[in-house]
Amino acid sequence: MKLSVWTYEGPPHVGALRVATAMKGLHYVLHAPQGDTYADLLFTMIERRNHRPPVTYTTFQARDLGADTAQLFKTACLAAYERFQPQAMIVGASCTAELIQDDPGGMAETMGLPVPVIPLELPSYQRKENFGADETLFQLVRALSRPMDRSAHVTCNLIGPTALGFRHRDDITELTALLGDMGIGVNVCAPYGATPQDLTRLGAAHFNVLMYPETGEAACRWMERELGQPYTRTVPIGVGATRDFLGEVAALTGRSVALDESRLRLPWYSASVDSTYLTGKRVFIFGDGTHVACAARIARDEMGFEVAGLGCYNREQARMIRGLARDYGVEALITEDYLEVESRIAELAPEMILGTQMERHIGKRLGIPCAVISAPVHVQDFPARYSPQMGIEGANVIFDTWVHPLVMGLEEHLLTMFREDFEFHDDAGASHHGGAATPRVVDPAPAPAEAPETGAEVIWLDEAERELRKVPFFVRGKARRNTETYASERGLTRIGLDTLYDAKAHYAR
Amino acid sequence: MSAPAPATGCRDVPVLAERGQHEVFCGLTGIIWLHRKIQDAFFLVVGSRTCAHLLQSAAGVMIFAEPRFGTAILEETDLAGLADAQEELEREVDRLLSRRPDIRQLFLVGSCPSEVIKLDLSRAAERLSARHAPKVRVLNYSGSGIETTFTEGEDACLAAMAPALPDTDRRQLIMVGALPDVVEDQALDLLSKLGIEDVAVLPARHADSGLAVGPNTVFALTQPFLGGTLAALERRGARHIPAPFPFGEQGTTAWLAAVAREFGVDQAHFDAVTAAPRARATRAVAQAAEGLRDKSVFFFPDSQLEIPLARFLTRECGMRAIEVGAPYIHRGVVGPELDLLDRGPLLAEGQDVERQLDRCRAARPDLTVCGLGLANPLEAEGLATKWAIELVFTPVHFYEQAGDLAGLFSRPLRRRAALRLEAAE
Repeated sequence: MKLSVWTYEGPPHVGALRVATAMKGLHYVLHAPQGDTYADLLFTMIERRNHRPPVTYTTFQARDLGADTAQLFKTACLAAYERFQPQAMIVGASCTAELIQDDPGGMAETMGLPVPVIPLELPSYQRKENFGADETLFQLVRALSRPMDRSAHVTCNLIGPTALGFRHRDDITELTALLGDMGIGVNVCAPYGATPQDLTRLGAAHFNVLMYPETGEAACRWMERELGQPYTRTVPIGVGATRDFLGEVAALTGRSVALDESRLRLPWYSASVDSTYLTGKRVFIFGDGTHVACAARIARDEMGFEVAGLGCYNREQARMIRGLARDYGVEALITEDYLEVESRIAELAPEMILGTQMERHIGKRLGIPCAVISAPVHVQDFPARYSPQMGIEGANVIFDTWVHPLVMGLEEHLLTMFREDFEFHDDAGASHHGGAATPRVVDPAPAPAEAPETGAEVIWLDEAERELRKVPFFVRGKARRNTETYASERGLTRIGLDTLYDAKAHYAR
Repeated sequence: MSAPAPATGCRDVPVLAERGQHEVFCGLTGIIWLHRKIQDAFFLVVGSRTCAHLLQSAAGVMIFAEPRFGTAILEETDLAGLADAQEELEREVDRLLSRRPDIRQLFLVGSCPSEVIKLDLSRAAERLSARHAPKVRVLNYSGSGIETTFTEGEDACLAAMAPALPDTDRRQLIMVGALPDVVEDQALDLLSKLGIEDVAVLPARHADSGLAVGPNTVFALTQPFLGGTLAALERRGARHIPAPFPFGEQGTTAWLAAVAREFGVDQAHFDAVTAAPRARATRAVAQAAEGLRDKSVFFFPDSQLEIPLARFLTRECGMRAIEVGAPYIHRGVVGPELDLLDRGPLLAEGQDVERQLDRCRAARPDLTVCGLGLANPLEAEGLATKWAIELVFTPVHFYEQAGDLAGLFSRPLRRRAALRLEAAE
């Protein structure tokens, strides 16, 4: 038993729902108690889908448990087939139905429905949402695809985008255009927008593009083995990764790399003098493994940030993230407990967080700006405008998104110069973010002899503490941390004004 | 009361009982408002990742002010042996209470998985109560989807509190139902002006409120989904005052009148106290309801508020009800409402969502009141909708909110009329 307040991932059947909802002509019959239908609103509200997810829930109640829940499942299954006439069905159980052991797969098989019925075994008490999506797509591909002649033109499949994915809709558009520039067509994109019939044509592609390992890797591996289709390993998020990805595609297809850079702005924006203030900003990165790995590379190599820490919530990617953390000289945080993430962030005191919606809230509490880079998603992660993460436009979008939460160049200097101004002060925050102006809270008298704040074993003397408060909020955490590190490295137990400025000189860059 | 009851109410009309897919929340959802209402309580769901995900998603936005609820997620090892699960639960509760010393009441909330594996939460609550008494009282109830629908979770919670209340012989009124604080204060003020001073509220905002119950207690429900709490309070010797619910000017007046009769308030005083707020409410409703007159409304089952709201919309806003679906119809509770609802609409209990959608599409109502899973799909089909959950999350009771209540229904129609997305020609 584990106490959980907020979770990064839902149960595995929600992953299956993300696959089913992304597709057309597929229907999911889910053996589940009344109440599990809440999952529909994830799609209709968060993603603003204008159709109900193609799911029939048996919604059994207590009185059914004594009677015949198996019959209830069969009735629901038959009614769903008759009403929706799908090309294929998937059947499975949610956490509660798993306990009553009705075996939806076995029952559906005996019903002799005239379409493929694919049973899903998703262990609700061991695995989570991403596994559910990955496994569902894999089972669909395994059941429906078969070896066939390759298409005459060079084509690929786009594998992994689902409903409720972080910018999956726009990544598909961006990638399709990128590949089109190299003369490569998209055979099937799955599960997003595909029908079960489309899945039978997967084998015609020359190779697969694994867009999101979280939700597509099992399917890609199986197709590599059974259909002889190689798949790409680089996820093209960021300028360098996009170039590497196209190089990989070129190697797989024998075509030469073609990349239209006329719209690519990140490199120049990052090089322009206005971006100087981004140099060495300490960022903490957390999310799903794939997006974190991509963000770390962009942060260090393309934005000039310093990666202060990173981690992921999905254990499936723990090994990769640990390896990555070693390369960046930081310790990886692999956890699904947001309280642990919060305390790591508080401890590292980064100047910015690149995280999920959960870290956005953590950032709010700690007063640290945050840009969202990964699922779990929120209604804000489905902007009306075209807003991919992948490819050329993805890099542009990422530049804007990451810079937006920060206090900008000259404003940062002005804040430092006039930090005790009555309206243009620390607590007012960045001026382009709106919100009511917060008047500066004037310290009551010369700060009375309050208990000096203790950072580990070092003590801040009053004058130093007061001076620290004059440091702008967006670097105060770093100043405190640097000073404490400086002090403890020198065996100092008390931090005075001199220690503060010695440390400042020491860390000057 | 001003408006007379219709000659033929709906109390005896046959009800269409449906048994198919229920597109509804489970009772755990009530935790979202109960944990804000009862300020020293923590709600610990004993359940699965699905329960945790539901609470997070139903809240819509995450309440990051360190919420006073959480889920003890059952894992493989807990399912293997039950003795284990009891110990594990005790360990998690110990840890929780040591981290949150402000907690005075802890609710162990049963879920579908905990009910199916027959985890005995009442025994767990007893043991934990003994262990943490007198500082923390531990109670249990079920919010599972196999036993409760949406607002029945609040009913189960309040019903679980009733047996634990101290005894009293005081002649008092208990107002039953979790209301927003501002609405609760308005209601208490009205009752006080009527001369009814000894009024308590269930649920109280704090554990040490002094709330007690006994044979001289009478109680009135402010929410129509509290049938279980009604029975639990009757078992403590208290007496129920049947009344319509305080929605709209008429509902509020009828509710107050029933209470006033019980306490022997004379008519002149009653009229003097209620005249001004009644007039305000009537004006506010008339204004907000301008766009609702002669429009049709169709209710999907959600919170059990459907029957009182249909009464409000038809009698005070001039709407025509086509179908009124409720997850459950408790005649002892909504009987007075059914008397006031004119015959005509189809009354449905339970749900078969696909068949109900067929009926809705065929009827093409001007306004459909439904859950969040159905709203956008129906909008995309050209039907105007009102999310039912907002009716539970918004202050809508009593006189001063009557206009806001009508406004919740008229806004979707006003918005449709306001949007001009075509070319200007």
